[in-house]
Amino acid sequence: MFKNLKYKVLKKVLKIVFFRDLIIGLLTTFKYIFKRKVTLNYPNEKGPISPRFKGEHALRRYPSGEERCIGCKLCEAICPAQAITIDTEPADKNGIRATTRYDIDMTKCIYCGLCEESCPTDAIVEGPNFEFATETRSELIYNKDKLLKNGDMWEEEIKMRLDSDSEYR
Amino acid sequence: MIQIKIDNNIVKVKPGTTILQACQQLGIEIPIFCYHEKLSIAGNCRMCLVEVKDNPKPVASCSIPVIDGMEIKTSSTMVRKARNGVMEFLLINHPLDCPICDQGGECDLQDIAMSYGRDKSRFNYNKRAVKEKNFGPLIKTVMTRCIHCTRCIRFATEIAGVPELGAIGMGENMEVVTYLDKSVTSEVSGNMIDICPVGALTSKPFSLTWRPWELNKTESIDVLDAVGSNIRVDSNNNEVMRVLPINNEEINEEWISDKTRFAYDGLKYNRLDVPFVKKNGLYKKTSWDNAFNLIKKEVLKTSGNKMSAIIGNQTDCESIILLKDLFTFFGCDNFLCSQNNSMYKSLPRFAYCFNTTIAGIDDSDLCLLVGTNPRTEASMVNTRIRKRYLEGNYEIFSIGPKMDLNYDCKHLGNNPQILEKIYNEKHFLSKKIRKSKKPIIILGDNIFNRKDAEAILGLVYRMCIKFPIIQKQKNDIIWNGYNILHHAASRVGALDLNFISSKPDFNLDKIYSLSKKKELDLVYLLGADEIETKKLENSFVIYQGHHGGYGSKNADIILPGSAFTEKNATFINLEGRLQQTFKSCNPPGEAKEDWKIIVALGKRFNTKFNYFSVEDVKNRLRKVNPIVFSSVNTIIKNKFLKFGKKRNISNLPFDLPITNFYLNDVISKSSKIMKKCSDEINNKNL
Repeated sequence: MFKNLKYKVLKKVLKIVFFRDLIIGLLTTFKYIFKRKVTLNYPNEKGPISPRFKGEHALRRYPSGEERCIGCKLCEAICPAQAITIDTEPADKNGIRATTRYDIDMTKCIYCGLCEESCPTDAIVEGPNFEFATETRSELIYNKDKLLKNGDMWEEEIKMRLDSDSEYR
Repeated sequence: MIQIKIDNNIVKVKPGTTILQACQQLGIEIPIFCYHEKLSIAGNCRMCLVEVKDNPKPVASCSIPVIDGMEIKTSSTMVRKARNGVMEFLLINHPLDCPICDQGGECDLQDIAMSYGRDKSRFNYNKRAVKEKNFGPLIKTVMTRCIHCTRCIRFATEIAGVPELGAIGMGENMEVVTYLDKSVTSEVSGNMIDICPVGALTSKPFSLTWRPWELNKTESIDVLDAVGSNIRVDSNNNEVMRVLPINNEEINEEWISDKTRFAYDGLKYNRLDVPFVKKNGLYKKTSWDNAFNLIKKEVLKTSGNKMSAIIGNQTDCESIILLKDLFTFFGCDNFLCSQNNSMYKSLPRFAYCFNTTIAGIDDSDLCLLVGTNPRTEASMVNTRIRKRYLEGNYEIFSIGPKMDLNYDCKHLGNNPQILEKIYNEKHFLSKKIRKSKKPIIILGDNIFNRKDAEAILGLVYRMCIKFPIIQKQKNDIIWNGYNILHHAASRVGALDLNFISSKPDFNLDKIYSLSKKKELDLVYLLGADEIETKKLENSFVIYQGHHGGYGSKNADIILPGSAFTEKNATFINLEGRLQQTFKSCNPPGEAKEDWKIIVALGKRFNTKFNYFSVEDVKNRLRKVNPIVFSSVNTIIKNKFLKFGKKRNISNLPFDLPITNFYLNDVISKSSKIMKKCSDEINNKNL
């Protein structure tokens, strides 16, 4: 038993003297020099995003420029975080509602995508944009103008994504 | 009793019940569109299909009566498949515009489609589109959504009694129309909106405002007439958005009148929101404190016998008793509970109630209307009479002005002396009343306004004894057919609290003449809106109420009160049934609940007004009249005591209190919807 202990101590001393762990570690690093890079140069490079990615919200328009939203308030009703507030008024033309106010509190939003799923006209969507960090909280309370602006800005990509995912919806 | 088997449960039901009713007794839910408890059976939606043993096809359960030994299955695969098929056919032409439909969220079709609908449509052709119809100013139609259940047609012909709706065309081309493209001229047409299982008929004033799930629901009662219909007040943002009926078989079944349903928009116009004081003929805003100080100054200037207190038609019992206590403290005895010359003095409770009860009309077999038009004064009583009339073997007679009722009513003339003829058995009706087992006599509230009111009441009292209008069995009244039809919600409550002057001839004309003679210094109008305040020029007039109008015009001080949707208050309906309203919104601006205003005013004087909540005031009510105010929602059997006097009856014709159904109180008068109705529908002189 005493002999065994002596052997163990010797082994440990040798490990320390010859930097065994360090060499193993450096070998791993050396190996990866010759492999393909996996990191991205983030602000300049971006990773791929699924068509179902739930990013920043946007309100869409029809190609004619008419708002898609009909003020049915289903998104407001389904929102689990109660982040959406809508006010409507009757738009007398076709006997349908129109929103006078469409606010999303992005600080409350949990990005579950239920608003997008409940929308009968694909008006409210969660677009591919995830870079909308702000310096103040108040900037994260989106109103209708902001959401429509988002919609106009991202329309092409949103449409592409919706189309590519359409057969599963 | 018939024994049948439903889903392996054995039940015993009465012969004549339909399969659907038997299933409902068991608590089994069967999807229905066209079937409605209160309407005749149509059996045209086919949604209620069930499987009956030894029957090759599924049967429509709503229209098939049970047979002894029937074995019914309500959840077999055959039933499920059949209902799925029916649902698919119903949805073929339904536009599926739920997101923009007002019915969305409370739609039968939506709910049932959740359990029986397919997720995708197989119908790749064009859907049917139907032109909108004109149903009048209250009902919005989107006829493309119609599924032809014909409930509205049956409602119009059966309950409302205006056969103005019908279906034209066959099969896919069937359309529900008002034959002449005119407004529906019924006073209960709004119920079609509730009855419609889809969004084809929706409320025009409510359309496209809010979704049903966004509204706060408060169960309350209606005070625009004396019936006290049970209603649900839906509000949002401190504003009443719509009024719906609540089922109460004893009062309004499941209907309410159009005034009850649509006069709510009057609650936002013309409101008094701050106290006003008149200075040099102009009204200036003032504070509560200042207003009370001014009143105190005026009260201290004068003596109790030179004051008077008048209450309006929608005043709650709490403020009535407090006002009475306050003015009794001042030494005043000049109380007036009506805004005409009605004399209610020394009447037993029996003599001013609707004793048969509204549900009791179903049992009666003869009806005599005296000086009243139930269609305008109490629409829900009228629907009961019509319901009884439709059951058959029912004769209705009327003495009074000729009116447009929705059932056959023999008009006997407009002369009170006809009553005397009937009493003296010189009229053909005497025999009929004597023969009938349960006759009822309904007297209009306006007979109290006549100079010979006591004589008429005395005659009716003698009639009650002579004819089987009141039947006694060992001191117990087994049939009570004596009824007074009030049109003011506050009246019975005020009479129960004895808000009457003890002077023998104190009425409105007396107040006017006293004021002219400068013998009346102060008049307190508590929601009394029909007073001609111009005739009270020589008196200091305090008006407390919720709407600016006739009553507040020319008042010296205006105190803003609250309407019935803005307070928890007690009302007693025409049957003598105590009911409560519940607060759904706050009163506008600085307006307060009525009892609070009177308590605050009372505290300026050395009254012992130690009331801190409505409950305290209710305790006071219970102290004043323990029999009436301690039993909520029940009818107390009144003792049959002698009333009226034996005098000569004049032959002055009867008059009716309500000339325009849609615009008769301060709320409906400020309502834009009611104005529209009056313009469009009243051309037919409802």
